[in-house]
Amino acid sequence: MSLGIFIEFSINVLSMGSLYALIALGLVFVFGICQMVNFAYGEFLTVSAYALYALGTFTNLPWLMVFLLGILAGVSVAFFCELIAFRPFRGRSLEALLVTSFAVSVILQRSFQLGISPRSRAVPIPDFFNQTILVFGVSTPIRNLVIIASSIILLIAFVLLMKKTTLGIAMRGAAENFTTARLMGVPANLVILAAFVISGFLAGVVAIFWSAKTGSVEPMVGSGPLLIGFIAVVIGGMQSLPGSVVGGFVYAIVANVLSLTLPTTLLSFRDAIMFIIVIAFLVLRPGGLLKGNYQEERVG
Amino acid sequence: MNSAKSTWTRFIDSKYSTPAILITILIVLDSFVWWLNIPFIEDICTVATITLIMVLGFQLFMGNSGILNWSYAGYIGIGAFASAIFSMTPEFKAKQIPVMYEFLVNLHLPFPLALIAGALFAALVAAVIAWPLMRLTDSVGAITQFALLIVINTMLNQWQEVTNGPRTFTVSMGRITDIWLALFVAVLVILAVFWFKESSVGLKLRASRDDRYAARSSGINIIAVRYYGYVTSAFIGGLAGGLFAHYIVSITAMAFYMGEVFVLLTMTIIGGSMSVSGAFFGTLLITVSQQLLRQLESIVTRSGFEASGTTDIVLGLLMIGFLALLPNGVTRGKELSLSAIKRFLRIGNNRQKQSKGLDQKPSN
Repeated sequence: MSLGIFIEFSINVLSMGSLYALIALGLVFVFGICQMVNFAYGEFLTVSAYALYALGTFTNLPWLMVFLLGILAGVSVAFFCELIAFRPFRGRSLEALLVTSFAVSVILQRSFQLGISPRSRAVPIPDFFNQTILVFGVSTPIRNLVIIASSIILLIAFVLLMKKTTLGIAMRGAAENFTTARLMGVPANLVILAAFVISGFLAGVVAIFWSAKTGSVEPMVGSGPLLIGFIAVVIGGMQSLPGSVVGGFVYAIVANVLSLTLPTTLLSFRDAIMFIIVIAFLVLRPGGLLKGNYQEERVG
Repeated sequence: MNSAKSTWTRFIDSKYSTPAILITILIVLDSFVWWLNIPFIEDICTVATITLIMVLGFQLFMGNSGILNWSYAGYIGIGAFASAIFSMTPEFKAKQIPVMYEFLVNLHLPFPLALIAGALFAALVAAVIAWPLMRLTDSVGAITQFALLIVINTMLNQWQEVTNGPRTFTVSMGRITDIWLALFVAVLVILAVFWFKESSVGLKLRASRDDRYAARSSGINIIAVRYYGYVTSAFIGGLAGGLFAHYIVSITAMAFYMGEVFVLLTMTIIGGSMSVSGAFFGTLLITVSQQLLRQLESIVTRSGFEASGTTDIVLGLLMIGFLALLPNGVTRGKELSLSAIKRFLRIGNNRQKQSKGLDQKPSN
């Protein structure tokens, strides 16, 4: 394997991995605290992507504003979903929460189809995102480097948030043991709402890079990232924030290696292979690679 | 006379009146629709009867075990494709799907046998893969089943040599399933699902749903009872899939994916996932409201507003509303039995008599 190919592979894995890590992080923030598998997560991302499309197409705002407002759209949809759809189910069975989030996801998808268009819309992206530059003699689009840089910044910011601030400590406590955290005076509503807001924020950030990569948005665009998030979360560890980051990178490596090595006839089965890995993890090592405080009850 | 009366009373108070009532309603409804002889309504009713079979199989596992069974739609798909491959003549298969494996092309069974073979194949797939998955519950269990649905769907959607890939798979030139066959199978499935619920395995499965630890300490092998439930459920799903494939005639793998799960979930939850009657009335209610909403949709669309997709939005809102306010659905997790009707109408002269039916079961 020549050096060039190796560098290209590394840049791909790093940029995809950072993106997938952010996706998985958004899922784990909610799962860690509410134990809720949020099927509507993909739609938070879709809302952000549509906001980018609308602001970029119909206004002349500077790019930074467009991005910030796009992220804000993701945050607000997560905020309102928590408040309207998920809060009434607090303390109910996990199945009820899960089915609700699935219903919210379907409702939002159909609303986009109805309100905007079932067909895809082009999302305008700043030109410099797609310009290529040479890195160690390999040309790569700038957006790959932007993804890597912004996820490093975000990860550092989240580490500081979780370690240093009261909110972060409260959230970690709630993820560890929700009941005890409440007894210690942690306000449940605030912590859960914060988890959703962070989840929506991450969905917004991911939406920018996802639309930059695909260049368009359609009502079902969220399902791809959602599935990636599931895989990464399960591989990395359903309870652990660092685990989800690791899971994102592992997924990027495995997916890239499969794309390079699988014969073309089997390439269309890549999803099946990825999800068989997921099932194997759930059965054999349900805590994921980094266990966190995994405490699933299982029988047998 | 006296003994006949007491038999009758015992029947009224027994839980066995439930399948009798459900089957009577179904037969009366389907016969009436057949007598009306309006193709449009007969079409809706046949699809509804097939859907009822799907929902019954879905409820059989989800209702009794409490595990959200995403992969069920996959087994419907497997049953659909498998029974179609069994029932198509070799010449027709060779013409439709030139790339199909030689041994599959040569497989051929007469239609009713092909239907059963398809269902058995779906059950076989479930039997082979399900055992280790039955250990998982809650979120992990749901994600596992979800992942399994994606695996099955990817296989169905990409395996060109078997299912014609993402392209349409034409089963035959004309419809093979008719309303009577669907009705016949539905009656059998109602009996089977009810029998399962009341059987020893079903009772143990329900016990494991209500309290995992108490069930285990009573010596119930939770994995085994879940496994039996799951495989039975896959068999019924495969049967329904076969009927569906031979009614709709051209199928694609994407018909057996999340959208299908969404519809089945809505029906089960709005009816009440804990009871067979819930699956029955959920199917009935949702089919009727779906049809009414679709009519509205097309009226609105014709008048100039794009309204397609509204049905799913309304169903989703309904489902959330029911989950929040009536989590056990319209049946409140109980079975419809003659004694329950009698108590409801307050016409019984022996109200002090305790019913032994499931309607006594407290809902959680």
